[in-house]
Amino acid sequence: MRAVFNQELLKIAEKDKRIHLVLADIGYGEIEPFRDTFPERYYNVGVAEQNMTGVACGIAMEGNIAVTYSIANFPTLRCLEQIRNDVCYHNANVKIVIIGGGVSYGALGMSHHSTEDIAIMRALPNMVVEVPCDNYEARAAVHAMIDYNGPFYYRCGYKGEKDIHAGPVDFKLGKAITVREGADVSLLFAGPIGSEVMKAAEMLEEKGIHCRVVSMHTVKPIDKEMIVDCAKNTGGIVTVEEHNVIGGLGSAVAEVLCDEGVSPKKFKRLAFPDVNVCKIGGQAWIRDQYGLQARGIADSVCELLKK
Amino acid sequence: MKVYPDNFPKGVMDDMGRIEEMAKQVRIDCIRMTNKARSGHVGSMLSMAEMICVLYDEILHVDPKNPDMPERDRFILSKGHASAAVYSVLAQEGFIPREWLDRYYCDDGKLMGHISHMVPGVEFSTGSLGHGLPVAVGMAIAARYAGSPRRVFCMCSDGDLNEGSTWEAVMFAGQEHLSNLIMVVDYNRIQALGFSKDIEDLEPLDRKLQEFGWTTRVIDGHNVDEIRDALSTVPYDKQKPTAVIAHTIKCRGVDYLENTVESHYRYVPDDKLEAVIAAVKEGLQ
Repeated sequence: MRAVFNQELLKIAEKDKRIHLVLADIGYGEIEPFRDTFPERYYNVGVAEQNMTGVACGIAMEGNIAVTYSIANFPTLRCLEQIRNDVCYHNANVKIVIIGGGVSYGALGMSHHSTEDIAIMRALPNMVVEVPCDNYEARAAVHAMIDYNGPFYYRCGYKGEKDIHAGPVDFKLGKAITVREGADVSLLFAGPIGSEVMKAAEMLEEKGIHCRVVSMHTVKPIDKEMIVDCAKNTGGIVTVEEHNVIGGLGSAVAEVLCDEGVSPKKFKRLAFPDVNVCKIGGQAWIRDQYGLQARGIADSVCELLKK
Repeated sequence: MKVYPDNFPKGVMDDMGRIEEMAKQVRIDCIRMTNKARSGHVGSMLSMAEMICVLYDEILHVDPKNPDMPERDRFILSKGHASAAVYSVLAQEGFIPREWLDRYYCDDGKLMGHISHMVPGVEFSTGSLGHGLPVAVGMAIAARYAGSPRRVFCMCSDGDLNEGSTWEAVMFAGQEHLSNLIMVVDYNRIQALGFSKDIEDLEPLDRKLQEFGWTTRVIDGHNVDEIRDALSTVPYDKQKPTAVIAHTIKCRGVDYLENTVESHYRYVPDDKLEAVIAAVKEGLQ
């Protein structure tokens, strides 16, 4: 997914001279084509994320589009106040891109996991939060990001993600995409963990449980209509995300349900518990440890539905 | 070389004493505004009075009738807590109505305590220290990319120079040879909890900045001629960003609060107000 992001950004930047890439010394093996093609629009500020964000904001304030790019928490939490005070307060056209959402960087450890970012980014005024699930969504989301005028958080995966969609998608910001129809329960996910959700849906199908599976790629602004429809027309809602259980997709969905006064028959949030995820292992193994692999997701759905 | 529109209300270089009178008004406004608001930071406002007047009245290519003029010079007050000094100058220059000063730091106010871009003539909002210079660097880069002669000025404080983000920007500006970037340091040597030398000694500031690729000049930040000369001759080196390090006195003009930490917090109380203002009108001693 990382490669797709960079390829697409490069392609758009060839036509759109407003696009500047501002780095904090991260991106080896991916950013070189942009650097070599557009040296006048490429800046590496060194290992200095606060400066990266401030500089990007200054560039964007002058009618440009500035993309900051780094891994996991570095371009978000390390420079959160610059994002809040500089980017969001001034509604600056800065795009904050992380590589390695969730626990993509697995055994590198908790410093390189991004598991609170959705909660924090979506709490910032003016910020759009986008979490593409596969290469098709990732590609479309780069265009949506550039077309959108304002602060934008793009939570990219890493590499080797399985495609969930069969081909190019009809992608609109704030509009969820149904990837599987079913009425017994709705599985709402955000991000590459969707491939596990799809496998879980297959397992559940074998048990006679028909799942609606929905990619909630835009967590903010969220697709309220889809959430309400899932609550009213399916047997329950389960949210699945590679994120702390506090404040992410599950919370966003719960907020909509409460605000709209709609009660799903069943509701459960599958996510990391509110702990520091410090078990050592790869992404798939860590997911499994917290019940976020296909089997764990399917079991949780069964338990919820008491089947 | 500055190029002004035909109707630009400038041409004050030969108007001796104008800046001193403007600075007096800044002091009077700030003393009254903070007294009325029962708010702090008057010391930080008064130390920059002369510099902010020279900047807006003589140096910055800006137009109060067209505050968003694309090719204006950019000015960022990174020490955003001293906003009232800028608001006073904006009122004096005609960017905002003078009545707005009465609605500083109050319910349903027009002017918030820390400087805001919601106010005409203000480029960027700050308040948390260490934010101004990185953004100024970005704006300077954008000007260079656009091939524009516009310049970016950023005023920092002692406390600002404690922040790591400021030094990140200092390093990067030197690396990028941003000669269209000018940092003005209001070097009053006092910060929130005491004298800077006892907290995070910045000395030797000029040499530090030089080592980071900047060209510097050290001036008396209350001497109008020195300020004018320093700011009207930038850049001193066409390959480097410029730092004007201005030695100032915190709360200059209020005798009993000059060079005190208290002036970072205390406003001039009612029982001293008129006497203090009368003394300011007499001129700096």
